Amino acid sequence: MNVDRTKCMMCGACVGTCAQNAITLHETRIEFDDKCINCGWCVKVCPVGAISED
Amino acid sequence: MKDMKYDVVVVGAGPGGSSAAKWAAKSGAKVLMIEKRQEIGSPVRCGEGIAKIWLDELGIKPDKKWIANEVKGARIISPNGTILTLTEKLAGNECGYVVERDIFDRELAKDAIRAGAEVMVKCAATDVIKENGKVVGVKAKYMGEKFEIRAPIVIGADGFESQVGRWAGIDTSLRPEDINTCFEYVLVGIDGNPDFNDFYLGSIAPGGYIWVFSKGADAANVGIGVQLSKLKNGGDAKMYLDKFIRSKPGLAKGQPIKEIAGAVSVCAPIDCTVTDGLMLVGDAARQIDPITGGGVANACMAGMIAGKVAGKALQKGDFSKEMLMEYDKGWREEFEDQMYRNFVAKEKLVKLSDETFDKCIEAMQGVDLERITTLEILKAVQAKYPELIKEFEDLLM
Repeated sequence: MNVDRTKCMMCGACVGTCAQNAITLHETRIEFDDKCINCGWCVKVCPVGAISED
Repeated sequence: MKDMKYDVVVVGAGPGGSSAAKWAAKSGAKVLMIEKRQEIGSPVRCGEGIAKIWLDELGIKPDKKWIANEVKGARIISPNGTILTLTEKLAGNECGYVVERDIFDRELAKDAIRAGAEVMVKCAATDVIKENGKVVGVKAKYMGEKFEIRAPIVIGADGFESQVGRWAGIDTSLRPEDINTCFEYVLVGIDGNPDFNDFYLGSIAPGGYIWVFSKGADAANVGIGVQLSKLKNGGDAKMYLDKFIRSKPGLAKGQPIKEIAGAVSVCAPIDCTVTDGLMLVGDAARQIDPITGGGVANACMAGMIAGKVAGKALQKGDFSKEMLMEYDKGWREEFEDQMYRNFVAKEKLVKLSDETFDKCIEAMQGVDLERITTLEILKAVQAKYPELIKEFEDLLM
């Protein structure tokens, strides 16, 4: 998954939504690990549309 | 960084964490509260509308420092613009103050510190430490340096994106139907009404609502919460809000001084919020009201109960799940029933059409409502539009 860091508000919505717990919110960036199954929920939950599929 | 030892480590310094830290410290515990951000309370992730009633119960004195505005009531506005005005004695919930959460959170942290709690900021928990299946502390990182904080009691108050519960094996997962994603502007220069908070219902905010929480005659938090299961694309939350603001000239003229984003759970109470050596509090425990999306009051209440139970556990030297269940029982006694009732109501509300909302709000016009309970609303609707009542039959029970 891709993150547009110029849009990301570091709000944690994606982290809390991810059922696989594949997203980590470091203070100024989010990071996806290999638990990601590309379900796409994080894409939709992001209030500003900062996340997109590869 | 040297490894540390405490009686209680609280992960997260929001309202839940600070409440837990304060009450644990008051009961004699040696408490460390850690906050991953460099500033407690900032940036804000909240609509900032808070009910007055519960502040007394929790020993929190209203303070001008964090009160942006005091409202007299609420207005609920249906899709066709029909307004239902609820004055304070009817509304009760989520009405009262509109606050500055960043200042509020730091004032609560100060209370915790004055009660004896220690604090570290820019210090993130990276895992729980387990021994023989019990939680005995957390691994943490401060300014890049890793270390351990050993404590027989860990209180996870780490918010919507909570990790502590997951690391300890407590299921806090959510269905997309139980996640509302939110976006808000703090706008200045609007045509505002300092007396009322406004709630806009309908397809303008699928599965949620738009709020205008007044911060004065010309300022307000204007925000939206929408149900994840109803969204099609990333950024929909902001898209719906922008569309709404454009349609209201009195708001469109406003200028933003903040943009705020975040998500809330709108689920039924979860099965269990404790395990050996661990209690979850606040958004981390999914203790948010499913209709309003409000969680500050519940977090503070639960934090207080957790802090007190921590004190008892330390006195007894018993940190087992059985001992800590007193916290789980305690918060359920306070607000589980209301939370569950509001969850059932939310499951209904998200299915209503704009026409049905219009009819319900219209049916309640000019009715002398004693109290704004679900039952009173349904009776009023039934009197005017009996055919609608079929939809709400199970709420009447």
